Parts: sequence; C-alpha cells; structure tokens
Amino acid sequence: MKAKYMAGNVLKYGSLIIGAVAAILPILIVLFAAFKTGTEYTNTGPLTPPSNWTNFENFKRAFIEGNMLTGFKNTVIILLISIVGTTIIGSMVAFVLNRFKFKGSKLILGAFLLATLIPGVTTQVATFQIVNSLGLFNTMWAAVILYLGTDIIAIYIFLQFMSSISVSLDESAMLDGASYFTIYRKIILPLLTPAIVTVIIVKGINVYNDFYTPFLYMPKTDLQVISTALFKFKGPYGSEWEVICAGIMLAIIPTFIAFISLQKYIYNGLTSGSVK
Amino acid sequence: MFSKLNYKTQRMVIIISFLILPLALLGTFSFLPVANMFWYSLTDWNGFSDKEFIGLENYKTVFTDPEYFRVFIVSLYYFVGTFVQMGLALYFATILSFKVRMKNFFKGVIFFPYLLNGVAIGFMFLLFFQPDGGLDTVLNLIGLGDLTTHWLGNPDMINVSLAGTSVWRYMGFNFIIFLGAISSIPGEVYEAAEIDGANRWHQFKYIILPSIKIIVSLNLILAISGALSAFEIPYIMTGGSNGSATFVIQTVDTAFKYGKIGLASAMAVILLFIVVIVTAVQRKFFSEED
Repeated sequence: MKAKYMAGNVLKYGSLIIGAVAAILPILIVLFAAFKTGTEYTNTGPLTPPSNWTNFENFKRAFIEGNMLTGFKNTVIILLISIVGTTIIGSMVAFVLNRFKFKGSKLILGAFLLATLIPGVTTQVATFQIVNSLGLFNTMWAAVILYLGTDIIAIYIFLQFMSSISVSLDESAMLDGASYFTIYRKIILPLLTPAIVTVIIVKGINVYNDFYTPFLYMPKTDLQVISTALFKFKGPYGSEWEVICAGIMLAIIPTFIAFISLQKYIYNGLTSGSVK
Repeated sequence: MFSKLNYKTQRMVIIISFLILPLALLGTFSFLPVANMFWYSLTDWNGFSDKEFIGLENYKTVFTDPEYFRVFIVSLYYFVGTFVQMGLALYFATILSFKVRMKNFFKGVIFFPYLLNGVAIGFMFLLFFQPDGGLDTVLNLIGLGDLTTHWLGNPDMINVSLAGTSVWRYMGFNFIIFLGAISSIPGEVYEAAEIDGANRWHQFKYIILPSIKIIVSLNLILAISGALSAFEIPYIMTGGSNGSATFVIQTVDTAFKYGKIGLASAMAVILLFIVVIVTAVQRKFFSEED
C-alpha cells in the first residue's frame, strides 16, 4: 500500500514538474537571451544563463529602436476606451433587456445571441470594406469600434449578473420618485461592479494580446500597438535574436505584473466569463 | 428634467436611447459583414472592379483546386492538438484539485502562458525551435538527441510544431475552466466515496468526469472551432510558408495579398458555415444535457 502511494506521488509530482518546466522553459530561454551580448548569444547554448544580469543594452535598443513606447501608449489608450465603452454599452443593453419586456425584446436578445456564433476572423474580408468606407482605416477608431461593436460576451456577463439583482430594489427607488436613468446609474451600475471586474479582465487579455485587428486595420507606424510593434522586429532584427528577446520580455512584463497582482480576479473572471 | 416624465414615457425613452447605439454597432459590424460576405462570394470582385455575378464559381474553386483544398488538411493537425490540449488540461486540473504541495505555484505556472501576447509566443517558439535552440538542447540533454530535426523546416514536422505551440498557448485556459468546475464539486462527495473504498481513478471516473462532462464538451467544441480558425500562431511564425498555411491564413492572403475578395469571401462563408454547424450541434447537445 505504501509503495503504491509512493509511486502515485512520484507520478503526480513528476508530471507536475514536467508540466511546469514545459511552461517555463521557452520563457526562461528568452529571458536569458535578452541579457546576452551579441557574441555571447552566438557562443553560448540557449540554457546557459547570461554572464551579466545587468546588461540592459538589448532592452534599451528594443524599447527605442522598436518604438515600443508608441506601442504601449496606443495599447493603453485603446484598452481604456474599449473597457469604458464595453462597460457602458454592455450594462445598458443588459439593463434594458433584463428589466423591460417589450415588443421585439426577445428578437433583440436573439440577435445578440446569434452574433456570438460568428467567429470574428472569418468576416474580416467584408468587415474591412465597411471600416474602410467609414473612413476609419488607419485610425485608432478602427480598433476601438471593432472591440466595442463585436464584443457580445460582455453583454452576456452583464445579463447573467443582472438577473441576480432583485427588481424590488428598482421598485423601492421608484416609490422615492427615482427615474429609470437614476436607477440604472445609481443602483444597477454600482451593483454590477463584480461583473465589471470580469469584463475588464476578459477584455484586457483580449485587447492587449490581439494581433490581427491592429495588424489589418492600423498598419501606420504611429498607430502600432504592442503586438504590431513587436511583430515588426521580425525583419530588421532577424539575426539579432538577443534584441528580439528583449522586445518579447518588454511585452510580457506588464502581463506578468498584472497576473501576479490580480491572480484571484483573473481566475474568477475567466471562470465566470466563459460559462455562457 | 428626465425624471419629470411619467414612467411610461421614460421607459420608451430609455429603451430607445440605451439600445440604439449597441444595435447600430451590432448591425454594422456583425451582421452587415456576413450579408456582404455572402454577396461578395458570388462575384469576382477584386476590391476595385465592378462586382460581376459569377454564381457558385468561387465555391467550386475552393473545393476543387488543391491549392485551396489542402489547407483543410492542415486544420487536422490543430484538431488533433485540441484533443491533446483537452487531455492535458483535464489531467492537470484533476491532479491539482486534490491535495498537492505548492498548489498555487503549479496552478499559476500551468495557466500563465494563456495570458501572453500571441506575437511574443510566436517569436518565443521561433527561437525555441531553431536548430540547436531550446528544444534541441533539451532533447540532447535527456538523451533523445536522435529526435532532433528542423522543427519548422521539415515539411512533415512544421504543422506538428505549430499545433504544439498552439497547445502550449491555450491549454492553460481549459485547465483553469476545468479546475473551476471540479472545485465546485462538494468535498463530502469524495469523502463518502473514499469510505466506500473508491480510489482516485474511480473518483475521477464516477464523480469528476460526470459532473464536468458538459463543460468539457463545451470546451471541446469551442476548441474545434478554434482549430478551424487557427491563424495567429502560424501567421506570426511562418507566414503560412512551407505548407503551414491554415484556412484563415489562406483566406486573409487571398483577400488582402492577392485582392481576390470574391474568392476569399467564399472561403470565409464556408468556414462560417462549418463553425455555425459545429456550434449549433453543441448548443443542442448542451441544452439537452441541461
């Protein structure tokens, strides 16, 4: 019995360690390379740690030559507008559809539901023509409006959450003479905070990591975001992997910080955001 | 001023004003593209010319021209990858739902790749797969040096490498969802089972699996649509060269590189159909189980 228990433990921890190594190793190699000098990179193996951990030369080059500052700035702007916009739009739709039954309300709900079936990548061919004809091509608004207009998941998260907010709260506010707008603004919106956190997390991950929307709609250098700024490293730095690695690390660091500080919210957000 | 109106008028005002913008966005960016896509797919439009109606010609090209048809085969690699991904996610979620040392560390590490930027992951694995890069070094280290190959140069291997990268990227997501589902099973159930002499495998088979069956099937179907629409990883890493073009890469290139909007629309419509059918089957399955 004891031997069996031991064997089980070896298997359990052994597989966990293999899994952890598989997850960490590719990142670790990049981290090592980012601190190596050009010659050091060529002459040492990928698993050899850098000789000098304070060699920030590659980071400097990646940050300045790679225009990463522009990337971060644009990403933050797009992220903020999208999060605020999604929260407003999602909560408004959820409020109306959850609280009022009117002619066509089922149909509208169905329309939003149907839209979740359409995978975004497939319709780019036609979406591009629309964005272009609205004059939004190569402006930041292209990304913003696509993140706002095609994000139905947020509406679901809010709808799900709305149904747990008792209607009696609305009714007692109405007895005090509150308008519907006041009810939405002063009662519903504050109570939706946990749902808003979920939306921020899901949205934040998607927008920060999205590649094809900015790649397709905002090719202008001034408008590049983190993804597209990093993607541009591919050509000119093809042989200077240590600089590319520094760029990769720069893109990963904000994610790492966010993960460490918001771990619990991220786990909860994804779990509740995914069960549609 | 608004609050002076009676509730009936208020109700109407709020319904209209709260829905008008979201509905306009929904129509313009979700439904109009689909409608246009159907229309374009029946024309030979190149983006500038007049749209000339050519019937189902584009669809015929996609299904008969091997250059367009072979990308479906590439999807199979990602499809198989999906099952590996689900299996691993389920395995780690099960292990970590029991008592384990450093649980939070393992949970965090296994999940973290999912949060990373796709371009960063693509570059990371370009480096990892290089000759004498990370993977080769590790294989040599553990005595499997014979297995080394040009991971992205060998046409038989390239799609396995790319699908593997995809598994690395997305496994953490399924893992965390499964873990959440498993942890909602009350602890007493296991205790009762243990008293009855159930071992870990029995617990997995008779308690865990039945209670998360729905969420597993839901994730599996989502992952299948994901496999069909694989784009970012192969596009960033290889640009679709060396036989690694997926259906979406082919579509995007056809439209934006070669300007064959009509043909690309037909491809997009086909993909849309497949995804919608797969999802509809899942929804039906899902609601029956409920």
